[in-house]
Amino acid sequence: MSWTKDQPIVSIKNVHKSFGSLEVLKGVSLDVMKGEVICIIGPSGSGKSTLIRCINALNDIQDGSITVEGQEVHDPNLDQLELRKKVGMVFQQYNLFPHKTALQNIMMAPVLVLKQDKAEVEARARVLIKKVRLEGKEDSYPGELSGGQQQRVAIARSLAMNPDVMLFDEVTAALDPETVKEVLVTIKELAAEGMTCVLVTHEMGFAREVADHIYFTDRGVIVEHGPPATFFDDAKDPRTVEFLGQIL
Amino acid sequence: MKKHIPGITSAAVTDLPVLLSYKAKYRAPQELGFSHWLAGQSLWFPVIILSVALLWPFYALAQGSEYTMADSFDALWRWMPFLLTRGFVFTILISFMTMLVGTVLGILLGLGQLSPTYVVARASWFVTQVFRNSPWLVLLFIVMLSFPFEFTIGDTIIPVPDWMKAVIGLSLPVMANISEIVRGAVNSVPTAQWEASESLAFSRRQTLFRIILPQCFKRMIPPWMNWYAILTMATPIVSILGVEEVLNLTRQAIEAEDNRPELLIPFYGFVLVIFFLYSYPIARFTVRLEKRFSVNL
Repeated sequence: MSWTKDQPIVSIKNVHKSFGSLEVLKGVSLDVMKGEVICIIGPSGSGKSTLIRCINALNDIQDGSITVEGQEVHDPNLDQLELRKKVGMVFQQYNLFPHKTALQNIMMAPVLVLKQDKAEVEARARVLIKKVRLEGKEDSYPGELSGGQQQRVAIARSLAMNPDVMLFDEVTAALDPETVKEVLVTIKELAAEGMTCVLVTHEMGFAREVADHIYFTDRGVIVEHGPPATFFDDAKDPRTVEFLGQIL
Repeated sequence: MKKHIPGITSAAVTDLPVLLSYKAKYRAPQELGFSHWLAGQSLWFPVIILSVALLWPFYALAQGSEYTMADSFDALWRWMPFLLTRGFVFTILISFMTMLVGTVLGILLGLGQLSPTYVVARASWFVTQVFRNSPWLVLLFIVMLSFPFEFTIGDTIIPVPDWMKAVIGLSLPVMANISEIVRGAVNSVPTAQWEASESLAFSRRQTLFRIILPQCFKRMIPPWMNWYAILTMATPIVSILGVEEVLNLTRQAIEAEDNRPELLIPFYGFVLVIFFLYSYPIARFTVRLEKRFSVNL
């Protein structure tokens, strides 16, 4: 493919998506450059989660195009496994594998999917555990960890695949206020290291601090976008103003 | 009238209506409640049951007739080793073989029902429903009468004894029910687990065998062992087709003892008791399996 680093790593153009007769995305376009952190905010049901699930082909789309590193995601001939090796995803409900320990959860995909050497993967997994500050929890099962700890294992599990882009789907929405912070710190460090991140979030303070660009979606379209400073302090569209007025 | 308010302080009272905490009147029985109870009994338990159950029919029956309790006990005592080593061991063998064949085919059929290929999924579903909703005896008759008694491959003749046909006939409904157990267990794993492993680039096959099925084993054990128990208790129906398992041999033994009516209850009672006692090792095995495959969800 002819993708170069000066082109957007994720490019979404005029995407339409419906569930049956319900149109969830009505022509959404946005670009993410390498190393950029973008946050998608908006009211419930506005299509935020659907949009990022489309990026790694968990949902299909009816019209438009999504490319990752120049490769069309919704091409029927696409090797989905190849795409998903490049795109990591973290879910609201963590979705760790309950029959495996934290360390095994992290090691599984690199060993089984990428066929990497087990000892080498284990060394890397231990570094990742340290990075998300869970030393000593290597052999704990997900059921024995708190929500925040599980979510950090889930982040480490995604990172173990060395993805080029990370998608975060409301990763703190199921956590209590104290553990939210642990997870946000982890994501912030990741962003600072230059990882390309697409986040759907309700944490406005965090979005403002960490994002390079904010997108506001409502009823399936992007209503307004801009860098955090202009977006939060100088919103133009009345819907954005109303939304920000309700939650800030 | 002042009423006590539970849960605040012991002195708290009010004259408003008080909603008391909910107390269920019953406790739902556990899936493996009986197995847990039975497996918890000591090894003496089967021995005690056996001796009590064996003695009372003699006592009840042998009064007044010229054929005494000692005579019928003597008859049973003579036949017991034969009934156990030839009859009941064979019954267990049939149930083991049937379960083995039924489980292997059932797992394949269950996975077939989950196949993304439409034709495979529908065909597996159809086969499952047909055998799940057929009377066992009818299936047995069909297999018994339609299978050849021997296969000839080249010069070698492979005989197919009746008990082998019985195994095939019984394993069909077992297979269909295990297929449903597998399908149900896989479907009971949240779809989020599929999504999570998909997003980690696991293939469908890897997801099924590495992520989903290992989480299902514990859920499958109670229904699976349940089917083994049902099957074992149903094996005497193969005696109708002349397979020489314990029930058939018992009937023959009574005939050999001149068909004395005094023998009916002791002999058939003995068969009943050994079947009941066999549920003891089944229970212990179930509880062991359950521990072995437990997943901390």
